[in-house]
Order: sequence, then structure tokens, then C-alpha cells
Amino acid sequence: MTIVTDPPKASFRVSQLIYDTRYRSITFQIAALIGFLILIGWLISNTAQNLADLGKEPSFGFLAEPAGYDINQRLVDYDNQNSHLRAAFVGLLNTLLVAVMGCAAATVLGVTIGVLRLSKNWLISRIMTVYVEMFRNVPVLLWIVLIMAIIIETLPQPRDFRGADPQASMALFDSVAFTNRGFYIPEALFSRSLGDIHLFGASAMRFDVSLDLLALVAVLLAGLWASARIKRNADAVQEATGVRPTVWHFRLGVVFVPLLAVLVLLGFHLGYPALKGFNFQGGTHMRNSLIALWLALSLYTAAFISEIVRAGILAISKGQTEAAAALGLRPKRIMNLVILPQALRIIIPPLISQYLNLTKNSSLAIAVGYMDITGTLMGITMNQTGRELETVMLGMLIYLLISLSISLVMNWYNNRVKLVER
Amino acid sequence: MKKSVFLGALTVAGLAAGAAAAGTLDDVKARGKLNCGVTTGLVGFAAPDANGNWEGFDVGVCRAVAAAVLGDPQAVEFVPTTGKTRFTALASGEVDMLARNTTWTFSRDVDLKFDFVGVNYYDGQGFMVPKALGVSSAKELDGATVCIQTGTTTELNLADFFRKNNISYEPVPIETNAEGQQQYLAGACDTYTTDASGLAATRASFENPSDHVVLPEIISKEPLGPLVRHGDNEWGDVVRWTLNALIAAEELGITSANIAELSEGTNNPEVNRILGTEGNLGEMLGVSADWAKNAIMAGGNYGELFEKTIGENTSIGLARGLNAQWTDGGLLYSPPFR
Ligand SMILES: N[C@@H](CCC(=O)N[C@@H](CS)C(=O)NCC(=O)O)C(=O)O
Repeated sequence: MTIVTDPPKASFRVSQLIYDTRYRSITFQIAALIGFLILIGWLISNTAQNLADLGKEPSFGFLAEPAGYDINQRLVDYDNQNSHLRAAFVGLLNTLLVAVMGCAAATVLGVTIGVLRLSKNWLISRIMTVYVEMFRNVPVLLWIVLIMAIIIETLPQPRDFRGADPQASMALFDSVAFTNRGFYIPEALFSRSLGDIHLFGASAMRFDVSLDLLALVAVLLAGLWASARIKRNADAVQEATGVRPTVWHFRLGVVFVPLLAVLVLLGFHLGYPALKGFNFQGGTHMRNSLIALWLALSLYTAAFISEIVRAGILAISKGQTEAAAALGLRPKRIMNLVILPQALRIIIPPLISQYLNLTKNSSLAIAVGYMDITGTLMGITMNQTGRELETVMLGMLIYLLISLSISLVMNWYNNRVKLVER
Repeated sequence: MKKSVFLGALTVAGLAAGAAAAGTLDDVKARGKLNCGVTTGLVGFAAPDANGNWEGFDVGVCRAVAAAVLGDPQAVEFVPTTGKTRFTALASGEVDMLARNTTWTFSRDVDLKFDFVGVNYYDGQGFMVPKALGVSSAKELDGATVCIQTGTTTELNLADFFRKNNISYEPVPIETNAEGQQQYLAGACDTYTTDASGLAATRASFENPSDHVVLPEIISKEPLGPLVRHGDNEWGDVVRWTLNALIAAEELGITSANIAELSEGTNNPEVNRILGTEGNLGEMLGVSADWAKNAIMAGGNYGELFEKTIGENTSIGLARGLNAQWTDGGLLYSPPFR
């Protein structure tokens, strides 16, 4: 008897696509992809068809038309004859403003609270626990509305500052006014200003950058760089001789002397708010809506950040501290050189999502009439032009871009922190 | 993530647009209920009373339409909308009609694809200020902080007015009348501006109405009327002629008091046609023969509805003014029923 040992012929049958585990998953993926594409195609054609039936073909032409409405908080020049696109840009800058302010404040607050919650002081750590639970467990919208209501109902109106015997008066040597329309604070003025540079010509994205500010930032950065050089030199001397030269006054000097010099050269002075007509004029007006939104978003997000920070620090095993102590490091250095660099690696990724959350939550601005991108483009513009689909898609695209940029920057930072690991 | 958001938006848009197709009259009859978009609460025009029953001048229009189509003025589902959400609510089919202080403008009619079926209140935009502010004309408002409802004609008129008069202002955008009232009373804005009728209604709900004045300037024309989606003419006709029936009823002396008697038959052919005892207007419209009778019985004719909800004997105290019949020097003029 002979045994046939020929290898089976490599014939391919269609049924293998389903029954053969080598092909099955690919088959299913392709089928799913086709189904998905058909669904998208159907949705697009259905939407287009329905819009056409309504006589509303999608078009972005409305963006070039005059907006016709005014916006109270403008970081760039704008009036009601500018285009809807310009109005959207004003709104976008307002979104970015509150997002940046919110992320900064939430980080400072969150880190402080997170560290304090680990404090050995029973009272402090309990108070921080209460804070975290209070802010974390109430929807942020309620905090926004509550803070706005408190500002509006409890602070005096500008009218109360008037008269021989006013009911309210300005704070801090008459330099700051806390009113229910917002806070009026002194503004920086330059009597020998360098002027502005105008970016992007006459387009809807045009904006002015103050040369004074640029000069100040440049001098500050140069000072910090010089200060870092001095420190490095001192480190080198210490390494070579074992004696560290005293340099802190040089380091302070290179930062502050040039800065002061530039301020004097530019004729820096403060402009104080003063009651004139219906409102305070001069100074910077931080509107009640901005304050309410900023405070609520920061306080709320800080609660989450503090938990992230606490978790990050707790995740570093006690042995690390002990080992560092055994090497003779002082507690402060242990924190800075051993614990924090490792904790940061754990902290940063969830921190990114908190920043993203804060930015997206800023669209709740609508509740207090803060004119962000949701209030302008997806609010008034949408309502006045009836372009729901276009404005919402554009708005989503913008939030997507903002979020992706934040992720990009934070991921870059995360990678830098990661390199600390050896 | 990116894809799912995109898909979601398309789905919403697709559904929204899909629901907007014609046949509203049949939909309403099949549903047995009229979905009527009203304000979120403006006493006299549309606001729920202590028992949660909606009442007011605009609500009266909704009830009349429900009575005409379904024979029951109570068969209405009131959907509160803000200045901003109202058009999306109508375009998406969430409501069958809007009866909500909405100004008839070119772009809303032509570009936003709605049909205004008529005017139920001729209005104009005014300003309200606290008496203590000592302002007697809107032109003195240079630098003032102004509360406005967003998504309204108010906001555009305001920009135009201040621009024309070369004065400046600080807008405070708000969503609803209630919010505006709160901010205005707390002094977070110096003046509140909206349609003069809305100002009167808002002022009437204040604790001390006499501490506030409405400035003499009326800065715009605001013909307020019910509207429906563009392209569903049968439904548009029903709403239009229901409103006309209320107006014509006042002109012809048909009131809720005498309507039962008049519908026995009169020697005025137009009254007979309206009340369905002669001709077949109801059939042409696709509703029952006594449609107009039901509509008028729902809340009385135009004049009765006006007096009951916002007239001079109510706390709102609006005079008929432009809203009198043409025979009394007003602008109300219903086309003939024939
Ligand atoms: N007529 C203007 C303004 C309409 C409007 O904002 N009306 C106010 C008061 S007159 C209103 O209905 N508010 C009630 C609410 O807040 O829902 C328009 O159509 O744009």
C-alpha cells in the first residue's frame, strides 16, 4: 500500500474567505469598510438632497458678508460692518484667551491643591479633599452660572460709584473698580510707544502686535538666557574648584536692569480706570462673563488636575525617596530631582486631556454671554444667516484644530520629559 | 473620533432636513396635536400660568390654529424657544409653526426659507431705562451698556442705530427675556432693548414698574407674525387664514358671545362663509366646515384676544395703536373671505 504524500494543492475557494481563519478577518474588515463608506456616501447625498429640497445649497459665501452685529470683547479691531469671518476670528481669539487663562490658572491651582492634599496637616488635607469633591461633582455649567449670578447680584453697579457720598468706592488706592459689569484694572501704557506691526494685511485674520510688548519679551528672554549662562559658569567653577562663586545678584541684575531700562525708555505708565458717563473708562475691562467663565473653568478643572498630580506623586514608590535620602540628598532636592521628574511622566498624559476638556468646556460661554467662537460663529452668525450645517461644521473643525494643537505641544513636552528616564 | 463627530453632524442635518418635507397639515391631523413654538416666557404674549397652562396673545394664535385643524384649542404642545433656537426648531420640523414675537424680514423670508403668513402685532424696537438714570432720549445713551437678546433683529437694529447716530455702546448678549430682566434689574446693563411690546410686558412684571421708563424713540419696524416652513403652501394657507379669520371676525362683529347665534345663519354672506354655513371654504382649506368658528371660539376674535391678554385693561396695558382695524385707523386689514 502506498501512502499518497503529495502536498494538498493550493487551490483557492471563495468559501475560504469566510471559513479560513487566514482570510476571515481581512474579509470582515473589507466588508465593514465598504459598509462604512456606503453609509457616509448615503448620509452626504441624503443631506445634500434634503438641503437642495429646502433650497439651501451648502455654501460658505455668507462668511464674506457684513456681520451686522457688535461684539463686546474684542482682542483685535472689529466693528459691525466687518465680515462674519472676522467676527468668527474675534470669537476664536476670545476662546483662546479664556482657554489659555483657564489652563494656566487650573494648573497652578491644581498642582498646589494636589500637593496640599498629601500634606501631613490633617486640616489642610481635609479642606483640599472637600474642595476636590465639591468642584468635581457639580457640573461646570452650574459653577459658571453661579459665579456670574454672584458677580451680578452682589457687586455694585457703576452708578453706585457716583455722587458726593457714593455707595461704593474703588479699591487699591483708587486703581481698581469691582463692579457687577466686571473688573476694571489699570492698563499698561507707553508714552514713547514703538507702535504696532500689522499682520496679515487687510484679511479677516489681520491683527496687530504691539512692538512694545515684543521688545519687553525679547529683553526678558535675553535676560533669562544670560542668567542661565552665568549659572552654568558658576557650576563649572564649582566643579573645578569646589567653591561656588556668589552670582545671584548678577543673575537678578541681567534680568531686571535691562527690563527696567526698556520700560523707562518706552515711557511706561499705568492708565487708571475712571467713571465717565455710564461706565468706567480707561484701564482694562475684565468683563463679568470672562471672569465667571475663567474662574469656573479653572476651579473645576483644578479639582481634576489636583487628583492627577496627587496620583502622580503617590505612584513613585517610597523606596525612591529612601534611596535618595540614603545618598544624602535633602528633601527639597529629592522632590525636585527624584520624585517630580518621574511623577511628571505619569502626570502629563492625563493633564493633556484636562487641557482639552477645559478648552472644549469653554464653549459653555454661551450661558453667560461670553462671545467665544460658539457665541459668534455658531451662535449669532448661524442664527442671522440660517447656515446651520456650514457654521457647525466650521466650528467643529476649529475646535478640532485647537485640540490637536494642544495635544501636539503637550506630546512634544511629554517626550522631552520622558527622556529624563535612563 | 473625527469621523464620528462628522457623521453625527451629517446625521443630524440629514434627519433635520428630512423631517422638513411637506405635508404638515396631514402630520398635525395624524398626530392629533399641534406643535407650536412660543417664547420661553413673556407675560401677556406667551407664558405658563400658575397651573402650567400656556396663555397669552401668541398662545392664542396657536390655540386658534389647533381649533381650526383639530377642533380642539387644547390640542397644542407648546415648545419654548429662544430667539436663537426658534428657527432651527422650525426648520428641523420640531415645531409646525412659530407664534413668537418674530419679525418678518426679507432675509428670514427669502434666505432662511420661511413663510410669514401675516402680522399679528405691528411693533417697533424701543429702549427701557431706570428713571434714576435720568435719560430721556435714546440718543443720550452714548457709552451705555445695553442688554440684548442674541439672534434677534434687535441686535442688528441696535448696531445700526448707534452707528447712524455716531455713538458707542457695549452690548451684553443674553439668551432669554428672563435673563435680560435679571441683568437689567441688577444694573449689569444700563438699558434693555427689545420690541416695545416686549418691554411693556417685561416692565409689567417688575416689582415697581413705575421706576422704569420706555424711551420715546422707536428705532425700527417690527411686524411680528406667525411663520411656517417655506414650501408647504397648504399648511401656510391654514395658518394664514386662521389668523385672517380672527381679524375679519373682529371687523365683521363676530365675537365669542354671539358666535353661536350667528352660526345659525345670518343675512351677511361673508359671515356665513366664514362660519361655514355657506360655501365650502373649509373643504378648500382641507379642514372641517366649522374651522373658523372653532378658531374664533378658542379665544375670541382678534380684538377680544388682544384685550384679554395685552390690552389696556391688563397689567401690560398696550393700546391698539397700529394694531387697530383699518376701519379705525389701524393697519389690520384681512383679505376678503370668498
Ligand atoms: N422681534 C425680534 C425680537 C424677538 C424677541 O427677542 N422677543 C423677545 C421679547 S420681545 C422674546 O420673545 N423673548 C422671550 C424669550 O426670551 O423667550 C425678532 O424677531 O428678532
